[in-house]
Amino acid sequence: MNIIVCVKQVQDPEIPPSKFKIDPETKQVIPPAGVPPVISVYDERALEAACRLKDKYKAKIVAITIGTDKASEVIRHAISMGADDGYLLCDPAFESKDSFKTAYILSKAIEKIGAFDLVLCGRQAADWGAGQVGSILGEMLTVPVVSFACDIDVVDTGLRVKRVVSDGYEILEVPMPCLITVSSEVGLPRLPSGMRIMLARKKPIPVWKATDINIEHSLLEKGHEHTEIIGLVVPERKSECEIIKGTPKEAAYEIAERLVSML
Amino acid sequence: MENNHRNVLVFGEVLMGKIVPITLELLAIGRRLADDLGEELYLMLLGEGTGRLGEEAITFGADQVYFSEEKLLNQYNSDLYTHVADSFCRRVLPSVILFGHTDIGCDLAPRLNGRIGGGLSIDCMDLSIDKEKKHLIMRRPVFGGNAIATVISNRVPQMATIRPKTFQPLEKNLSRQGDVIPLEEKIDPSLIKARVVNYIKEEVEGVKLEEAEVVVSGGRGIEDKKNFTLLKELADLLGGAIGATRVACDEGWVPAHLQIGQSGKVVSPKIYIAIGLSGAMAHISGCLGSKYIVAINKDSEANIFNVAHLGFVGDWKEVLPPLIERLRELKGK
Ligand SMILES: Cc1cc2nc3c(=O)[nH]c(=O)nc-3n(C[C@H](O)[C@H](O)[C@H](O)COP(=O)(O)OP(=O)(O)OC[C@H]3O[C@@H](n4cnc5c(N)ncnc54)[C@H](O)[C@@H]3O)c2cc1C
Ligand SMILES: Nc1ncnc2c1ncn2[C@@H]1O[C@H](COP(=O)(O)O)[C@@H](O)[C@H]1O
Repeated sequence: MNIIVCVKQVQDPEIPPSKFKIDPETKQVIPPAGVPPVISVYDERALEAACRLKDKYKAKIVAITIGTDKASEVIRHAISMGADDGYLLCDPAFESKDSFKTAYILSKAIEKIGAFDLVLCGRQAADWGAGQVGSILGEMLTVPVVSFACDIDVVDTGLRVKRVVSDGYEILEVPMPCLITVSSEVGLPRLPSGMRIMLARKKPIPVWKATDINIEHSLLEKGHEHTEIIGLVVPERKSECEIIKGTPKEAAYEIAERLVSML
Repeated sequence: MENNHRNVLVFGEVLMGKIVPITLELLAIGRRLADDLGEELYLMLLGEGTGRLGEEAITFGADQVYFSEEKLLNQYNSDLYTHVADSFCRRVLPSVILFGHTDIGCDLAPRLNGRIGGGLSIDCMDLSIDKEKKHLIMRRPVFGGNAIATVISNRVPQMATIRPKTFQPLEKNLSRQGDVIPLEEKIDPSLIKARVVNYIKEEVEGVKLEEAEVVVSGGRGIEDKKNFTLLKELADLLGGAIGATRVACDEGWVPAHLQIGQSGKVVSPKIYIAIGLSGAMAHISGCLGSKYIVAINKDSEANIFNVAHLGFVGDWKEVLPPLIERLRELKGK
């Protein structure tokens, strides 16, 4: 089985909110000093889902990312988890927050990689969180799409996918090739072994530019963006928290009385 | 934007023969947008029995209700719904489409967008119309709720998903007039690629999280599954439900369906009690609608104290037992 996993490098979402800074003029987020970027949460789980398939069946995993030259780090992370290969899609022309552009570039890279059985994406990127690149990519590749998966297994007809809904789960069967977006309920991603980390460090990561993947340049030009961010603000949070002084027991009694009076 | 797309379309949802509340909420905001654009408000309803819901939808603000009684559409199927919505939109050319940020909306909106090439913003908290340019202005949380982005779409249809309870439904107005129009298109079952073969309902005992007046929520600081029973005890005493952060769900201390936050449930109880959780924005965005937030955390710098109304800095293990004991006394149990 040939599996392609789309992974994105993002600013660490776990920094404390007080460290989160933006430039409202340029509508950009200012990366916090000294905090390295990370692989987007759901993408790491998509990799985990791919690795579990590889644990059980014969599978080859290829990870791809669109990003700056630093984004080769997430490909190395993917390889350390169990991916066989990875490509960095890096070109100034790729810079965009537009989901259609992102999906278009990914689709061209996938075309170049060749035949695939399964493409995995995260359900939503941890930064701008557009929540749609996977579905758009599926439409561009003209393959069936299943969203919010938490478990994937192989059956006669293709794949059996467990997907998360608000009051339970749905089980679906979908033929391959297909695209599946992965939710956090897949469970915690594996910790790479020391040996795989070494392997990932040595592995050359090819870089593909627009010309390498047959991109139609005019489609990347500005006016082609489907959506545009025209404003960015950090919501104001008023802190008016009344802190109870005293021992834990005194606090407990105080809280109990307040709660009862409110119900 | 120069184009021939007109009118606001709400993608409606029906459960057990009734229009669900989120759809009525979407009709309310859709009505406002349509009025600001000087356009009409359409509603789409799919599945058997939807025809007779049309008149009611009109009393809640719709001008035209399109429905399909096709049996194949009784249950949500991503492939069929995407197809039906796509072919409808190509024929009717709406300028705006609104979806609930629900199981259906979160799956359908991105797929429809991929097929039709519009501009979609998910999880919008506010929508308005730029009357001069006649385009939709959408505001949505980004970076896990650390910032709010204002987004416009350069393409039609301009699409948005909206969380339940963001808007109030309109008062039912029996004098409103409108049309109820059947969709005649036959559906080809071979369009189904991904087939639902089973459905597993997660049974909840006690109060439903989304409906609870009191929510007791725990995070990494609760440390294990056993400790969560203490939170459950507190919730039971208060007639409430328990919730959790993603960390607590990931660790398997509580079922995934109790996750509150950006990628979990959104709750707005009277009282939200946050214990041993730091208050990451991605969590907070699921409980900001709570009337009164109580926080117990041993770190005085934790972000939860920036949104709580009442707080105690300390170890929950020393607070919870006397709190439960005192509540029992006060409630005479
Ligand atoms: C795209 C994205 C979506 C996300 N969606 C969600 C979501 O929907 N819901 C969600 O919850 N998270 C979500 N997260 C994760 C979120 O960013 C945080 O990682 C998570 O909420 C942190 O959980 P926590 O507060 O339990 O853990 P921590 O941040 O580790 O906080 C634990 C807290 O417990 C306190 N503590 C420890 N021991 C004790 C004790 N004995 N007594 C008192 N206090 C104690 C500590 O001081 C600390 O403040 C999302 C993240 C991303 C990137
Ligand atoms: N720059 C990128 N490189 C690779 N994959 C991406 C990129 N951006 C988005 N994706 C994929 O699309 C998913 C959804 O992203 P989004 O629609 O932006 O929230 C992510 O979880 C990734 O799997």
